[in-house]
Amino acid sequence: MQSEKVKKYSCETCGRAINHRGNCFACNLKKKSDAKMRDFSSPSKDDGIKKVNEKLVSKDKVYSVDEATNYLKGLIVNDRILQNIWIKGEVSNFIHSRGIHMYFSLKDENAVIDCAMFKNLNQDLKFLPGDGMNVIIKGKIDIYKQRGKYQLIVEEIHDAGKGELYIRFLQLKNKLEKEGLFREDHKRPIPKYPLSLGIVTSLQGAVIQDILKVIKRRYPHIKILIYPSLVQGNTAKENIVRGINALNGFNLDLIILARGGGSLEDLWPFNEEIVVRAIYNSNIPIISAVGHETDVTLSDFVADKRAPTPSVAAEIAVPDEKEVLGSLAHMEGRIFRQINNILEDKRSSLKNIITRPLFKKPYNLINPYKQNFDDLAIQLIEVVNERTENLQGGLDYLDVRLKALNPKSILKRGYSMTLKDDKIVSSINNINAEDVLVTVFKDGKIKSRVMDKNGREII
Amino acid sequence: MAEKSFEENLRKIEKITEDLEEGSLPLKESVNKFKEAVDLLKLCNKEIKEVEMSIQKIVDKDGKISFEEFE
Repeated sequence: MQSEKVKKYSCETCGRAINHRGNCFACNLKKKSDAKMRDFSSPSKDDGIKKVNEKLVSKDKVYSVDEATNYLKGLIVNDRILQNIWIKGEVSNFIHSRGIHMYFSLKDENAVIDCAMFKNLNQDLKFLPGDGMNVIIKGKIDIYKQRGKYQLIVEEIHDAGKGELYIRFLQLKNKLEKEGLFREDHKRPIPKYPLSLGIVTSLQGAVIQDILKVIKRRYPHIKILIYPSLVQGNTAKENIVRGINALNGFNLDLIILARGGGSLEDLWPFNEEIVVRAIYNSNIPIISAVGHETDVTLSDFVADKRAPTPSVAAEIAVPDEKEVLGSLAHMEGRIFRQINNILEDKRSSLKNIITRPLFKKPYNLINPYKQNFDDLAIQLIEVVNERTENLQGGLDYLDVRLKALNPKSILKRGYSMTLKDDKIVSSINNINAEDVLVTVFKDGKIKSRVMDKNGREII
Repeated sequence: MAEKSFEENLRKIEKITEDLEEGSLPLKESVNKFKEAVDLLKLCNKEIKEVEMSIQKIVDKDGKISFEEFE
């Protein structure tokens, strides 16, 4: 019975899956066997096909193959379920051609789906799928119309051997990732120098002691507020959420959410949706440190920072006191050195100015002018002297001339001067007969009366 | 308010150091900034050395929250 069914679903030539029309995807061979076709199709599926066909026929339109295929493709790519579907099954006919794309069939006892996983998605696979392996695939159904086949485009492939819980983890991770809860741009920076720290963890076990030990060693200058929480079992999730919310009521700089290692079941509270959302909605940055380095929970994805272990979380949370003091000392050194440099710089530029020729020998500045001034002074004196001499000459000449013109000197030379009414008479026209005249000589004067006048020039 | 001051002060000191090292400030301003940085450095050192670690745990009794010293 089993072998019969498998036979119906696989190509006689290559053994790969065939579609309901009996076409082999790999060989592109058509096996015209109506009888076989009817065998694979359940009655209900037949009805469905009939309905679609009636619809097409009822519109009296004849579709091209391309049109019909596009119509079908449209139905598939717009189907919410088919575009984000999780399918489990067994791998067969696995081909990783030239290390690029992966092609295989996924089958169970009753059905087969062709699968393709493209290069960009299959590069980071943590395991290599192989024939006979049970897997769980997330992907979407698409139509490859050139070959007339449908296939599952694989987005994620997981080893189903890891169990149901792991699948739940993957599905929730997928959902919350789509919602944007793990986005980098939502993550808040972890303060470098927190003054206060909240811790949500269990007081049982080594975790709380590990954290406190690291903080005491590195930076014993911080206020710590612990919310003791269950970290395992059914009620742990509510407890953790209450812890995160309660700590958000205080003005803390940072929260550490921690738990020791354990199985996926043990760590499960940290994969619960309400816990993930509480971390996402926290106003205070959260470092998650759940389990050992290899354990990954959704709390780790959503937290602002993931630490591989609780001890490392504590190291991330607080700075090293020695380092801080060291960097303060280093900065102090830089600042003192720099202010000294600045002062030295200013001092030397001041020195530069002072030692310039202007300030050292200020007379150099006026010396050229002084010389010029001296020259001009000498010239001026010379000019003045020359002018004085000239004037003196003129004065002497005038003196001689003036002496010569003095009437007294004329009288000395034997001439006389005639006055009438105390005024010099220079023409006979002013003299009449019988006028009394005074004649002045060099040695005295005489008074005389005019007897006659004769208008004839003497010289 | 004093909560964030340590980190802010540290950043301020760094900024002043860079400003001084750039070396284009007038002398008076350089000296003032230098004084400010030295004061901030003192403050930071004091803050680290004076704040003592304290550990408390929350006791949550059906939403009624109280504190206990944690040993």
